[in-house]
Amino acid sequence: MAGIVTYGAYVPIYRLGQHVLGAVWGTSSGRGEKAVANYDEDAITMAVEAVTDCLKGIDRKSIDALYFASTSPPYREKQCASIVAAAADLRRDIITFDFANSLRSGTNALRAAIDSVKAGSCSRVVVVASDCRLPAPNSASESLLGDGAAALLIDNSELSATIEYQYTISSEFLDTWRTEQDKYPRMWEDRFVYSEYVTQIKETVSALTQKARLSADDFNKAVIYAPDSRRHQDIAKALRLDYKNKVQDPLFDQLGNTGAAFSMMMLVSALEEANSGDKILFVSYGDGCDSIILQTTKQICRIKDRRGMKYHLSSKMDLPSYGKYLRFRNLLEWEAELRPPDRTSLTLVNRQRRSIYALIGQKCKCCGGIQYPPLKICSWCQEKGQFEEFSLQDKKGNLFTYSMDERAMEVDLPNILCTVDFEGGGRFYSQVTDRDPEKLEIGMAMEPTFRKIHDGSGVHNYFWKVRPVRVDMQGK
Amino acid sequence: MESIKNRVAVVGMGCTQFGELWDRDADSLVLEATDEALQDAGIELKDIQAAWVGTMLGMTGMVLSSALQSQYIPVTRIENACATGQDALRNACYAVAAKVFDIVLVVGVEKLKDEGYGGLPLGMSADGFHPVYGAHGTAPGRYALAATRYFHRYGLTREEGKTLLAMISVKSHHNGARNPKAHMRREVTLEQVMKAPIIAWPLGLFDCCGVTDGASAAVLCRPEDARRFRDDYMVFKGFGLSAGPGMGKSKTDYDYTHWEETWRAATQAYAEAGIKEPRKEINMVECHDCFSIAELVAVESMEICERGHAKEDVDSGAWTQEGEIPVNLSGGLKSFGHPIGASGCREVYEIYKQIQGKAEEPSRQLKDVRLGLAHNQGGHPGRFICGVAILGASQE
Repeated sequence: MAGIVTYGAYVPIYRLGQHVLGAVWGTSSGRGEKAVANYDEDAITMAVEAVTDCLKGIDRKSIDALYFASTSPPYREKQCASIVAAAADLRRDIITFDFANSLRSGTNALRAAIDSVKAGSCSRVVVVASDCRLPAPNSASESLLGDGAAALLIDNSELSATIEYQYTISSEFLDTWRTEQDKYPRMWEDRFVYSEYVTQIKETVSALTQKARLSADDFNKAVIYAPDSRRHQDIAKALRLDYKNKVQDPLFDQLGNTGAAFSMMMLVSALEEANSGDKILFVSYGDGCDSIILQTTKQICRIKDRRGMKYHLSSKMDLPSYGKYLRFRNLLEWEAELRPPDRTSLTLVNRQRRSIYALIGQKCKCCGGIQYPPLKICSWCQEKGQFEEFSLQDKKGNLFTYSMDERAMEVDLPNILCTVDFEGGGRFYSQVTDRDPEKLEIGMAMEPTFRKIHDGSGVHNYFWKVRPVRVDMQGK
Repeated sequence: MESIKNRVAVVGMGCTQFGELWDRDADSLVLEATDEALQDAGIELKDIQAAWVGTMLGMTGMVLSSALQSQYIPVTRIENACATGQDALRNACYAVAAKVFDIVLVVGVEKLKDEGYGGLPLGMSADGFHPVYGAHGTAPGRYALAATRYFHRYGLTREEGKTLLAMISVKSHHNGARNPKAHMRREVTLEQVMKAPIIAWPLGLFDCCGVTDGASAAVLCRPEDARRFRDDYMVFKGFGLSAGPGMGKSKTDYDYTHWEETWRAATQAYAEAGIKEPRKEINMVECHDCFSIAELVAVESMEICERGHAKEDVDSGAWTQEGEIPVNLSGGLKSFGHPIGASGCREVYEIYKQIQGKAEEPSRQLKDVRLGLAHNQGGHPGRFICGVAILGASQE
């Protein structure tokens, strides 16, 4: 039987308060806030975060496939899953797929992973859904859409949740779409769109529960995709679910609708709270509907050290200005830069792919010295070519020194340069992201994070930065 | 191994006005500095047997031969980032000492203000192109790493650290304000420096040197021939050049507050010159203060001031014109300006004029300068190339 071994999630550190949007557009503002990707984040970098969260304590060499799902893949032509797999330091002989174009692509990938495991073509598959959809300024979706990612590890043993029943419908229905030329999502009249949404979900869930011979009361928790909060309440009512006690909070006032990642992020929230033997109804929507009944095992209580949803949601920083948000999403015509543009060299990146994508340094076999970036000669003992790989991406370190450059060619100034000394050895010269410049202190705990450095030469150039270790509201 | 001591003499020097020279090109700067140096030596271009040009410009020695229309003599272009100027002198010295040539010309030149933006032309501050590792690092951003660490190591608060650096800049501007050829001829107050916009915390605008156009030149020969040109010539006493392995930013034993390359270059130069106690024996220091923190750490690393004790020196005014050991009497890179390839040679020009008692502005003249030190450094903390030259009066 196939199912979920463990999970991970990622919510970017920035929150844009609805009051900020209200103040900019002179409208009455809604409640709460939404999660907004930093300027150096996109669907790929957030996927890497969710995958590494999911694989904590799991041997990365045991992964046979990585399925990536998003409606906002940074490349129109070029696979994202392969980049995520490289950054997560997975094996080279694995299967990578991108699932795209649909709000349902996250569960499309999940269903494919379940089938792969059942068919025996893969033993372990990581499914990651990540989305960073761009809403039009001053639109209804601007206050609605959030950014984030979730990952699930699928296998047929050591399961913490088993897949009991599945039912899917496909639909050609156009509710929201983007053509090749569209920058922002479009939508038909909302009243029509939402009535069809309710119809499709009802149809799917009804077929699923009949198949399973279960009724609404049999579920401990229902995780249901909805475009917004009102529709979420409507669908719960239509399905006769106890909204207060048995429906997973969709987090519209904390996270926002995170597109293809949304239902999987909600599922992670539900799994975080689940007890052994719980039945979970899981429904995702978009171009049809995927529905799954999961049952948790006693293994569910043993999942530890995941930041998941709860921790990430309570670890946050305000994005206080709309101007900064416009810069983050590159939404205006900006003053022309007189300095030469960023550029890249793909030959160089290819030669150094292990150190650039996976943050792999070296440990000298002669003296044990650790160095990054890799060299031909040990910088500690000057012996030639006697190294083993040494990964820095899963290490924590301390801020050794830093500077705050107000004139660098960066979106979010100051550009904070630093060196970080890792526990267990190795020093990394880097940029600090997800930070409050006022709160930096020598010695503070730091951790690596995979980010987009720049778009020079028309390439999304990814590499690692560091950030102050994310702490939740309890300061843990 | 033999020392360079007393084997090469400087018999003529020139230096253009430094500044944002919007209406000057590199050719005219080369020509002006060379003309002054040749005139100072009392010779003509046709007397020069070989030349070295230090610059980040161009690709070849033709930066010089084309500007001067020199006729087919050998010209070597030297580039060692910001340490270029002194290295051009150093290489020319070895050719003269080897007696391959008898009289040679050295020119350092840079034309930085043709880019359309402030700061250094990009690519110049980056050592080796890497698309992502160290991306968006700038010279002030990298030097500021040393400042933050210095404050931490020696227990200075942000305010105390900023004040210490500001006092260095106030001193350098005071010196440069009275130097006719300097780029920034303006006194600044401690308050102005402290309140200036931040460039790269903790470095503010006045902690950073000028981005400058300019050229400087020298005519070299052997001391036995020097009297044919003048009596008050100057001789090289020692040279040190140290290229670090460049892994400071990556090695946990590097702490930014001591610059090994600087110490090694100074140690070599002291050994060649036979200097045992640099603070007592040397009369003046021209230091590569591209940033205030650079002057502070370099002076400590050259053992002119004990490590961690710069604050006492700065507080007591030890590095001022009236102090125990004047540092950057010229105004330094800070105030005199920093045309990359020209600075190393320009530092030697200041020592030359001081030794001769010919400082352009009499109030700047030190009494009885016998030995001067010129420090010229390229790269950034953790990844340096450093040159130190000791120069002395002919009679020494």
